[in-house]
Amino acid sequence: MVDVPITLADSLAAQLPQTPAKVRVENVSYWYGDKLSLRDVTLDIPANAITTFFGPASGGKTTLLRLINRLNDLVEGTRMTGRIFLDGQDIYAPEVHVPTLRRRVGMVFALPLPLPGTVRENVLYGPRLAGMRDEARLDEILLRSLNQAALWDEVKDRLDGPASALSGGQQQRLCIARSLALEPEVLLLDEPTSGLDPISTGKVEESLFALKQHYTIIIVPHSIQQAARVSDYAAFFLMGELIEHRPGMKIFTAPGDRRAEDYITGRYG
Amino acid sequence: MQRRMLIQGLGFVALSLAALVVVIPILFVVGTIVVRGSGAISWEFLTAMPSHGMKEGGIFPAIVGTLILTVGTALAAIPVGVGGAIYLAEYARDSAFTRAIRLAIINLAGIPSVVYGLFGLGLFVLFLHFGTSIIAGSLTLAIMTLPIIISTAEEALRAVPTEFRTVSASLGGTRWQGIRHIVLPQALPGIITGVILGLLRAAGETAPILFTVSAFFLPRLPQSPFDQTMALPYHLYVISTQVPGMPLQTQYGVALVLLALVLSLNVVATIIRSYFRRRRQW
Repeated sequence: MVDVPITLADSLAAQLPQTPAKVRVENVSYWYGDKLSLRDVTLDIPANAITTFFGPASGGKTTLLRLINRLNDLVEGTRMTGRIFLDGQDIYAPEVHVPTLRRRVGMVFALPLPLPGTVRENVLYGPRLAGMRDEARLDEILLRSLNQAALWDEVKDRLDGPASALSGGQQQRLCIARSLALEPEVLLLDEPTSGLDPISTGKVEESLFALKQHYTIIIVPHSIQQAARVSDYAAFFLMGELIEHRPGMKIFTAPGDRRAEDYITGRYG
Repeated sequence: MQRRMLIQGLGFVALSLAALVVVIPILFVVGTIVVRGSGAISWEFLTAMPSHGMKEGGIFPAIVGTLILTVGTALAAIPVGVGGAIYLAEYARDSAFTRAIRLAIINLAGIPSVVYGLFGLGLFVLFLHFGTSIIAGSLTLAIMTLPIIISTAEEALRAVPTEFRTVSASLGGTRWQGIRHIVLPQALPGIITGVILGLLRAAGETAPILFTVSAFFLPRLPQSPFDQTMALPYHLYVISTQVPGMPLQTQYGVALVLLALVLSLNVVATIIRSYFRRRRQW
């Protein structure tokens, strides 16, 4: 940090947008048992843009992602300090209805896991749980979500076939469609292309570019190359600390922090 | 080399013999019952009331009694057993309380059935004033069946991958919605297996119904849950030990009917299980 020409705070103030943050993470620390996973992380995530959390393994990226829709509530023996806001509202406040929060903040996991059942049942699982019964409306959601995930053309003839019969790349896009069916405001993606071939990866990234017009997207990329391709803003995590958070172009062409630069240029991984 | 072949051959023979030792008694028991009992089976035997000190007529009330008791046991044991399993597998955190419950379940499974019979007599027949009745017998059998249902159902629920619950939660599902729509359907074949195993045991037991429901001789069908009834296992016990001069063929006939009833329940269970397993997709 010492040999950085400008301070991190200066760079943040100068280069992040002045619009109010969609998601604000404030002094968040997190422990699994005694093991510290995140150390005093603070960052603002702007709306309608793709923000990437990147860095070497066990840096806390996935943990932070899972905190933003409270999925880590399901893990026992953990502890959190600090606060996370969605549109200015503390999502860990006691009055928050967690299923409603998770409808607003969708999640796509590293390994595609279709639920048992058909393609249609998978996509409509969320809306149906939310109480939607109107079949015409459900059909619209099915069409829209599968289109947004760039999957409609490939599955339109087997909507009522088993989801498990789709290829890996199709399953992952199905999982994206499943999240989009709820029209979330924020979409979290945890290495969504780690198990996919380059062509499927390209399709997923393309659909992300289209989606960011309407959604706030936070993604843990599966490689630096992907981070560089998709990032509007990028946050570099190392050993549970947020090291640098800047517009993607800046961080990948002229990283402000030595550790980020060494990671990006491949000195460690 | 030859020595090794010889040892392998010997081992093969020994293991085959061990397997035969398991199979032979079963074949022998079933074979004897079928050969000696099938002569007793007739339409009248299956559908008529017993007469002449049970030496003639049929065993209709005993068949109906066993069926009613099995249904009664299922009605009482399935909701409680599956509910308990869902609590233990999905909701309960590891604590002294849940450890105590688990210990109790393991110990319950090891209690001799006659103790359940005495417990049922004390609790249901006397203390709760159900009298010697179908309801007292069914509840006693249900309590005996619970440990089997709870432990197999809990295991079946735990076998469903955690990720399904996470995915359901991430799509705005409550914990119960995830269980109801994803976990339970996936665990159903295993749960059904446990339920049937438990009910099979209940259907064939004599000791728990001895003091709680069984009638020695009651040549009519029960009219309400508070009536006594005859039942096959107890009837078999009675005619083979308490009635002098009982034709041997009739005794084997009753045993055959009981065996057939239990085996057919088993077959039904297998069919249901394989049906649900085919629908499972992981």
